[in-house]
Amino acid sequence: MFTKATVERVAERHQEWEKLLAKSLAKAPERLERFSTISDEEIKNIYTPEDVSELDYDKDLGFPGQFPYTRGVQASMHRGRLWTMRQFAGMGGAEETNARFHYLMGHGETGLSTAFDMPTLMGYDSDSSMSLGEVGKCGVAIDTIDDMEILFEGIPMDQVTTSMTINPPAAIMLAMYVATAEKKGISRDKIGGTIQNDMLKEFIAQKTFMLPPEPSMRIIADTVEFCTQEVPRWNSISISGYHIREAGSTAVQELAFTLADGLGYVQACIDRGLDVDDFAPRLSFFFNAHVDFFEEIAKYRAARRMWARFMRDRFGAKNPKSWLLRFHTQTAGCSLTAQQPYNNVVRTSFQALSSVLGGTQSLHTNSLDETLSLPTEHAVTIALRTQQIIGEEIGVTNTIDPLAGSYFIESLTNEMESKALDYIQKIDDMGGILKAIDVGFPQKEIADAAYNYQRQVDEGEKTIVGVNKYQMDETLKVDLLTIDPVVERRQVERLTKIKESRDAAKVEACLKAIEAASRGTDNLMPHLIEAVKAHVSVQEICDCWRKVYGRYTDPGMF
Amino acid sequence: MSDKKIKVLIAKPGLDGHDRGAKIIARGLRDAGFEVVYTGLHQTPEEIVATAIQEDVDVIGVSSLAGAHMYLFPRIIELLTEKGADDIPVFGGGIIPEDDIPVLKKTGVKAIFTPGSPVDDTIKWIRENVA
Repeated sequence: MFTKATVERVAERHQEWEKLLAKSLAKAPERLERFSTISDEEIKNIYTPEDVSELDYDKDLGFPGQFPYTRGVQASMHRGRLWTMRQFAGMGGAEETNARFHYLMGHGETGLSTAFDMPTLMGYDSDSSMSLGEVGKCGVAIDTIDDMEILFEGIPMDQVTTSMTINPPAAIMLAMYVATAEKKGISRDKIGGTIQNDMLKEFIAQKTFMLPPEPSMRIIADTVEFCTQEVPRWNSISISGYHIREAGSTAVQELAFTLADGLGYVQACIDRGLDVDDFAPRLSFFFNAHVDFFEEIAKYRAARRMWARFMRDRFGAKNPKSWLLRFHTQTAGCSLTAQQPYNNVVRTSFQALSSVLGGTQSLHTNSLDETLSLPTEHAVTIALRTQQIIGEEIGVTNTIDPLAGSYFIESLTNEMESKALDYIQKIDDMGGILKAIDVGFPQKEIADAAYNYQRQVDEGEKTIVGVNKYQMDETLKVDLLTIDPVVERRQVERLTKIKESRDAAKVEACLKAIEAASRGTDNLMPHLIEAVKAHVSVQEICDCWRKVYGRYTDPGMF
Repeated sequence: MSDKKIKVLIAKPGLDGHDRGAKIIARGLRDAGFEVVYTGLHQTPEEIVATAIQEDVDVIGVSSLAGAHMYLFPRIIELLTEKGADDIPVFGGGIIPEDDIPVLKKTGVKAIFTPGSPVDDTIKWIRENVA
């Protein structure tokens, strides 16, 4: 970026400045002995052209919409279209969640995002003994297609894109979504959305796992193949760093393990015989927006550059769309505090801003009460308004990638990339991400980072306002959303009725077909669509898989 | 305190997969000199109580962040009572709304540690309340 002569002159000036600084510090030292990011990366007092002397604008930055996409995946970025404002929503039954969907869309939300309850996420029905006390608690309960039809009542499925955050039963939810749309007369090539469908990060971080890694990867490859051929507007995997970060990783680990997972999926689909340029354009990503403002922006910029290079150079992808790292962001749930909860609005605003400056395609802003319960309507409205203020009031979307060229941001972007590449190299040397997970490598790295951070907080090295500093006796209480126990009863009653009235022979035939396809090599998706149309439940399908493939259990390392 | 190490079971009941807090507590307690058994995820109350009895632990810590604590925590205490093991105190942690805390204490949960509690608070509580 700079001529050798310029850098030399800056180095001279830098030395002069160090002397000046030393005098000033002799009188009054710096506030801290060491300045570091929340991920414990040390930050220098100043960044200059010396730090980015090797940066090549053409090779390392380029223009938005051009390789290596450091400055953004689209040419016009947020001047063309703002990111999709997509609030994660789900609570109680399909009725309650459908009402929340309509509320959010009525207030300017531009895409839907579905949160499921724990039983649905883990492949159990509402009437299972495993589901006691959990139905509808942290998301919506979906047992059969009948629930799905209620969930999307009045939603124009050909106009709105829907994200479904679900993993082991992701293929079943996709089947239900396709079948529900088709019942409304909308063909599968007209629907758009995302299933999370990212099992690797489940083993690493989020821990909603059901089947062992290998069959999990097979089902994922089936969905990718099916979407490529039949549902061209569907993002088949949302490769997620969010949960890795929430589990306590550093920013570099989030970046490294997410991209390593992505490389694992691409390889698995290539091994299946798919052409990389057929499926790669529909892979999407999902990152966390944590509290360290600049570190996050650098992370997003590094992620785009790294992915573009991997796709072109490692996998030989030729379609520029295959090189794009498009991503959704969610602000960091783990950064919210139960103490003085209104401060969470401020934290969330800064986090959201970092993702916008980092070039996100889609965003969920957490509600101030999410550390206490699912969000109330009032809290979710403030969260949505936060995005609208960033997008339309404060001027940050007037120009693209406004922080490019900052000595600090570019240097930090390089550093994130280089440290993440070290991790990826280590994982490659182990034989890939499945092997690394098998020996607990990412899990251990994350647990160490989480423990280190907690120790820093407990010792006051890292500040959390209202928690370990500036505490106060609180009289202010926020209203919380509670889930009526009637939801569980209603859900169980509905399921019982469906099970009594459906065609039992058809159900049995569908389950047999799924079992045969699971044991063989037939793509599962057409069988799943057939089954959900016959009102086969989530658990019935998952039980079949558990029978065929066995279960994955937590190794319980700490 | 006797010279025998206090043995703690850290348990994750239900389908919730949030194990960051439970693992930090497990490691913090181990570093503080306790003997720690961690159940791993997705345990039923029955499995947790069976492990507690089999491992002969002195105290059980249960963690839940997905809203099912009002069923799962009391159920564990109920089963301990049924098995005649209700001398093992139970404490809890996780996302527990303030209004639920007195209700849980009434059912026999001895202490609740919510987000933001330093690990030392739990260590101190065990030292003071578990013989």
